[in-house]
Amino acid sequence: MSLLEVQNLTRTFGGVRAVDELSFSVDSGAIHSVIGPNGAGKTTLFNLITGVYKPTAGRIMFEGTDVTGMAPSVLAGRGISRTFQNLQIFFNMTARENVMVGRHRHLNSRVVPALFRLPSIVRADDKAWRMAGEILEYMELGKYADLESDQLPYSALKRLEIARAFATEPKMMLLDEPAAGLDRNEIREIDALIQRIAASGVTVLLVEHDMKLVMAVSDHILVLESGRKLAEGTAEEIRGNADVVTAYLGRATPSEAL
Amino acid sequence: MPGAPRRRSAKRKHRRLPGLFALTAAIALLSWILPNDFYFNVAILAGLNSIVCIGLNLLIGYAGQISLGHAGFFSLGAYGAAILTTHFGWPPVPALVASAFAVGIFALLVARPILSLKGHYLAMATLGMGVIISIALVQEGKLTGGPDGLTVAPVNFFGVDVVSAQAWFWIVSVVLIAAVWLALNLVDSPVGRALRSLHGSEVAAEAMAVDTVHHKIIVFVISALFASVAGSLFAYYSGFLTPAEASFLRSIQFVTMVVLGGMASIYGSIIGASILTVLPQLLTVFHDYEQVVFGLILMLTMVFMPKGLAPSLARRLKEWAS
Amino acid sequence: MAQFLQFLFSGITVGAIYALVALGFSIIYNASTVINFAQGEFVMIGGLTTAVLSAAGMSIPAAAAIAVLAAVAIAIALEKLAVEQAGSASVITLIIITIGASIFLRGLAQLIFDRNYHTLRAFSGDAPIHIAGATIVPQTLWVLGTTILIVIALWWFFSRTLLGKAILATSHNRLAAQLVGINTRSVLLLSFGLSAALGAIGGILIAPISLTSYDVGVMLGLKGFSASILGGLGSGPGAIVGGLLLGIVEALGAGYVSSAYKDALAFVVILLVLLLMPQGLFGRRSTERV
Repeated sequence: MSLLEVQNLTRTFGGVRAVDELSFSVDSGAIHSVIGPNGAGKTTLFNLITGVYKPTAGRIMFEGTDVTGMAPSVLAGRGISRTFQNLQIFFNMTARENVMVGRHRHLNSRVVPALFRLPSIVRADDKAWRMAGEILEYMELGKYADLESDQLPYSALKRLEIARAFATEPKMMLLDEPAAGLDRNEIREIDALIQRIAASGVTVLLVEHDMKLVMAVSDHILVLESGRKLAEGTAEEIRGNADVVTAYLGRATPSEAL
Repeated sequence: MPGAPRRRSAKRKHRRLPGLFALTAAIALLSWILPNDFYFNVAILAGLNSIVCIGLNLLIGYAGQISLGHAGFFSLGAYGAAILTTHFGWPPVPALVASAFAVGIFALLVARPILSLKGHYLAMATLGMGVIISIALVQEGKLTGGPDGLTVAPVNFFGVDVVSAQAWFWIVSVVLIAAVWLALNLVDSPVGRALRSLHGSEVAAEAMAVDTVHHKIIVFVISALFASVAGSLFAYYSGFLTPAEASFLRSIQFVTMVVLGGMASIYGSIIGASILTVLPQLLTVFHDYEQVVFGLILMLTMVFMPKGLAPSLARRLKEWAS
Repeated sequence: MAQFLQFLFSGITVGAIYALVALGFSIIYNASTVINFAQGEFVMIGGLTTAVLSAAGMSIPAAAAIAVLAAVAIAIALEKLAVEQAGSASVITLIIITIGASIFLRGLAQLIFDRNYHTLRAFSGDAPIHIAGATIVPQTLWVLGTTILIVIALWWFFSRTLLGKAILATSHNRLAAQLVGINTRSVLLLSFGLSAALGAIGGILIAPISLTSYDVGVMLGLKGFSASILGGLGSGPGAIVGGLLLGIVEALGAGYVSSAYKDALAFVVILLVLLLMPQGLFGRRSTERV
């Protein structure tokens, strides 16, 4: 049984079919990439899987259960976490506190115990504080732990979002362009980070434009174009797929094909 | 964590006690140096406003929402307690609790539809709620005494009328310290962080399994409860209520206090409330200038010090120390 | 029937003023997404200044001209000194700034003038006019006629002149407008000035019918804002329809249901609109991109 199964998923905005009758499945324990030219529907797909958008038609199955139309926080509670294409860091908190929010689904969020500072709340919170510190160390963000997150450099913020998503102990993590805006060195770090996360048992779904990263890291690639599946397969298969090349680079005219 | 080296993590510091001690010390000092009842009166009012503002700050500063109608909750708590004790002979504490309960239910009912709005729309909806409450208080004269006001029976504990300024100073101080303690606890907890994440990014909060609707409702109701309790105490203390306690202007005063003192700063709310309670009293000579000054404070603070006094001061101190 | 017409006329009259205030909100909102909570104060400045100056002997046209100019000047100062300084502040910050401005202006009016009610002489007398059993005063015709003229002038301005189109362009896409050479800062100043003028004129028109004082701006501003939400924030036709509708609902409600809760009616309407149809009658829904 696949971890995630998308069946005939469609989402329209006004007259535009951002995602069009898309069907695919994701097996657990691997790194899957979703690629395609701009406007192909990749981020819309992520938003559909994480519940930010409701599908116009189609179904989404996660761990065998129909989760179509569930609210984002409910899906997150079921083990789906994500990062965002344009950073959605909690800039009003420190780096550690950002990661601690990631622990939210494992903590007691009831109000009355919190108001009266019951020992169980304090203990669990201290544990979350330590865990957040460990995760930050793991992601080489340790030195930023108690700094206000608006003081962190851009590459650190990208890793912080991943740290925060990782703190939820997800079954599946969706990374939306984690390498955007980073230089080659930083991308190599992200590459290693993604591999380590996948090695720890988290299924990774990745949207990326950086082809080097995609080809190096992916076990399986899904290519979208105009909201539809263009191709899917291993890195080798996709690299050699003529349709994919055309979608990205355009059709060669007879004179150029020489 | 796979592959991560084992390390002794740093011990977490919970720096709460210094602030609470400082507050208690300041209150004790005040009780000693304030010369007469007039000053105690100002201090009591500052304390009550502080309680409202602490609750309001949880909503505005921490959770990033807005309410331009909180005087509505304040006045409902005030009139509720007043009516129960004066017209129906209830003892003061049950009346206060019952009013708070009723205000809480009201806030709960109102919260869900209103808090689905954002920005200007939310501001307008809370404003509308506050104005409707104030108009209702004026119109339902039989119960509330209408525009002429309502005289409140003095609070009676075990046969003794509690009317002295000193007594009320202590009562309000205790409630204020309790309010600060509760707010500090809330902020430093999973719920508190969830609230702050609402302010940071609602969509990311949702992605971290924070039920944003639920949390907005919670902080809204809590802030309403703080206002209600303060209102009830105000009714008991002042002995006389008018619908002006629910006015739009009063709501704006509360917001100004929060904003001036510092968003997401509990002690800032006390500072802001105190300054803006004391100032009009000091400037009774300049009573005519009150609105001009108020408006200027709002504009200048938001333009030059949008985070408010306490955070800006704290940052200066930090820079100066390093 | 006569009674119904009576309520209708008074509703349309005050509704026209709400429409002018609402138009002011929409124009500023379009140019900057700022909700100018001080909009009601421009109505007050218009009416009160004219009333006081004309009581001091000045002719009404001259007093009105000065009042409008004063309102425009104040609006421009507000934009330059407060709104612009705030830069890209959050929605809540901007709301509080304009609320602060409105309180400041009210306090200033209190100091410069006083706290009393002032009257303004009706433009062409008080002789009641009878229409189908209902009675209206000539001033009502001034209000309606002027408002219609203003609406037509605005329509012509926004659709036929380059400047008007520039303002519309800025409201649709600020960056694009800048890229084609439109000075968006000037557009913002112009929007504030125009809104203030509209509000001030509304205040001058209504002053002979309902007395004016330093704090009439509060309710008028809030109700005008309600009207613009009802019609759809940012929509010109919406502002007009919203204003008239609100005025009529208020008048009919006060007449047939309860005059005590008349003021509350506007806010009940606004809560219903916000909850059931937040984009208003003519507005467009927006979606947040992540």
